Amino acid sequence: MISFIVKRLLQSALVMLSVAFIAFALFRFVGDPVANMVGQDTSTEERIQIRKALGLDDPVYIQFLNFTKNAVQGEFGNSFTLRVPVSGLMAQRFPATLELSLISAILALALGVPMGVYTAIHRKTLLSKAFMTISLMGVSLPTFLIGILLILIFGVVLRWLPTFGRGDVVDLGWWSTGLLTASGLKAIILPAITLGIFQMTLIMRLVRAEMMEVLRTDFIKFGRARGLSDRSLQFRHALKNTLIPVITITGLQVGSIIAFAIITESVFQWPGMGLLFIQAIGNADIPIMAAYLVLIAFIFVVINLVVDILYFVVDPRLRSSSESGSE
Amino acid sequence: MERGVVADFFFRISDSDLWYSFWHTPIAVGSAALSLILIVGAGFAPFIAPFNPFDLATLDLLDSNLPPTWQVGGDPRYWLGTDDQGRDILSAVLYGSRISLLVGFASVALSLVVGVGLGLVSGYMGGRVDAIIMRIADVQLSFPAILIALLVDGVVRNIMPKEVHEELALYVIIFAIAISGWVQYARTVRSSVMAEKVKEYVQAGQVIGLGAWAIMWRHILPNILGPVFVIATLHLALAIITEATLSFLGVGLPPTTPSLGTLIRIGNEYLFSGEWWITIFPGAALVLIALSVNLFGDWLRDAINPKLL
Repeated sequence: MISFIVKRLLQSALVMLSVAFIAFALFRFVGDPVANMVGQDTSTEERIQIRKALGLDDPVYIQFLNFTKNAVQGEFGNSFTLRVPVSGLMAQRFPATLELSLISAILALALGVPMGVYTAIHRKTLLSKAFMTISLMGVSLPTFLIGILLILIFGVVLRWLPTFGRGDVVDLGWWSTGLLTASGLKAIILPAITLGIFQMTLIMRLVRAEMMEVLRTDFIKFGRARGLSDRSLQFRHALKNTLIPVITITGLQVGSIIAFAIITESVFQWPGMGLLFIQAIGNADIPIMAAYLVLIAFIFVVINLVVDILYFVVDPRLRSSSESGSE
Repeated sequence: MERGVVADFFFRISDSDLWYSFWHTPIAVGSAALSLILIVGAGFAPFIAPFNPFDLATLDLLDSNLPPTWQVGGDPRYWLGTDDQGRDILSAVLYGSRISLLVGFASVALSLVVGVGLGLVSGYMGGRVDAIIMRIADVQLSFPAILIALLVDGVVRNIMPKEVHEELALYVIIFAIAISGWVQYARTVRSSVMAEKVKEYVQAGQVIGLGAWAIMWRHILPNILGPVFVIATLHLALAIITEATLSFLGVGLPPTTPSLGTLIRIGNEYLFSGEWWITIFPGAALVLIALSVNLFGDWLRDAINPKLL
């Protein structure tokens, strides 16, 4: 157990280090960092001084060390275009992305699990077929197109809901939330649906497949022979066993929601980190790109680590096989 | 037994279970037919399209933002209307599909070659080579493919000077999508190879002194291609969607070589002023392509290997 966790921790550290190196290489070798930071009218002496101050004359490995040290403290320098510290920009944008991701994850779970259970139990009904068709559409319709269609229907034609921005935001000091105002709540509906649909179809298909698998197993047959009701078998026994892989996958999907948020945020001009990142790519704003890269990698690594360890704790079979040395 | 090679080939195909299953599954026939029509239509765009949307001489700004023919104010020359530059939407969609499909096929081919190659080596050699390749695959698999494609494209675009990138954008996006997709091929091929390499025909090959390369490419590879084709088909739909997404986000193909995603991006700016057709028709073409390829891939997966996820 301990050795497994240590191994996973080392692996995570290695991933973070390589991502940090890519971010550093981006910062150091794409264009001239000094030229990116100063205006046209800066003299050569001033440039040399900035160069010194930034430590750009040091050997590359020392520069990388300094970069990593700063990155660990969340310090990525100033944005080239906005001229303010990247860490502040990120902190300012983070709540928007997190609120959007959480709402759509809840939406996906709340709809995906019941739909999956229903289609697994009643395979032949019309509603089941409708759900399966929706799920096929969800896979074939790109996220950004879903967003555009929702904007067209609910924003342009019906004019029910706002189609861009976050609405009014309440500032709680360390967190700015859009969930406490009417306009904020209205503004999050379309983006959350857009972001949640793909995850919903994924969860639905997964629950359906797992549920059908479990319903075929011996212990369900045995339960039926013992005279348990269908309802109790389906929900108390089958669903319970279905949920472990579902929780795992959902956990892993949190990362992918944050990644797909880039697309949703672009479509709806949602002021989150993803939009900041896309604009940074367009403007060659490398400090923002580097910071986003490191932050997103960190989130992914932590999620994967937690899920792996949880899996290990939850599933005793994994434990015994690694202790007997087959891992 | 006196059939020619070609006739023999066709006999073997028409005699196979796959062929039988294909003609007895309406969805498979339908999706294959639709895919074929779309691919041929896109491939022969220069001959089919009523206009050449890239020929600036034929464009007239007076014709800009015309609605489809059946709407009030529509022009019978432009069935699906025109965009802000007076380009015929139908022609733009045909040309755009051609570029989207080209990127899709090219990136799938590149992914396939890299993934199958690394998977073969990994599975057959084992040991340290295997450990390194699979570790990289694990790391990459923990990030969503679209994020990797986005990052690769974003980084490469910032390394190159702007003019160079304009010209190479097509190759950059193919490379980015291919890089994001090789892992699935490698993993599947690796596990198939590990199952195959203990079989007798491989041992026989080793005994008569065949080299590792000959055994891998000539003998093992043909036996494990089934699942590879399934992955490639489903990957094609994904690659086309990924390209459209990147182009929509403005990090893919430039307006000079517009794919469906670029067209949707251009049209998106006119959505609020009511010119829905500039966005919706390229979008519908994209969905049709993705849906028909996905349906065909689903059938292929069930027919070749029901266990494959």
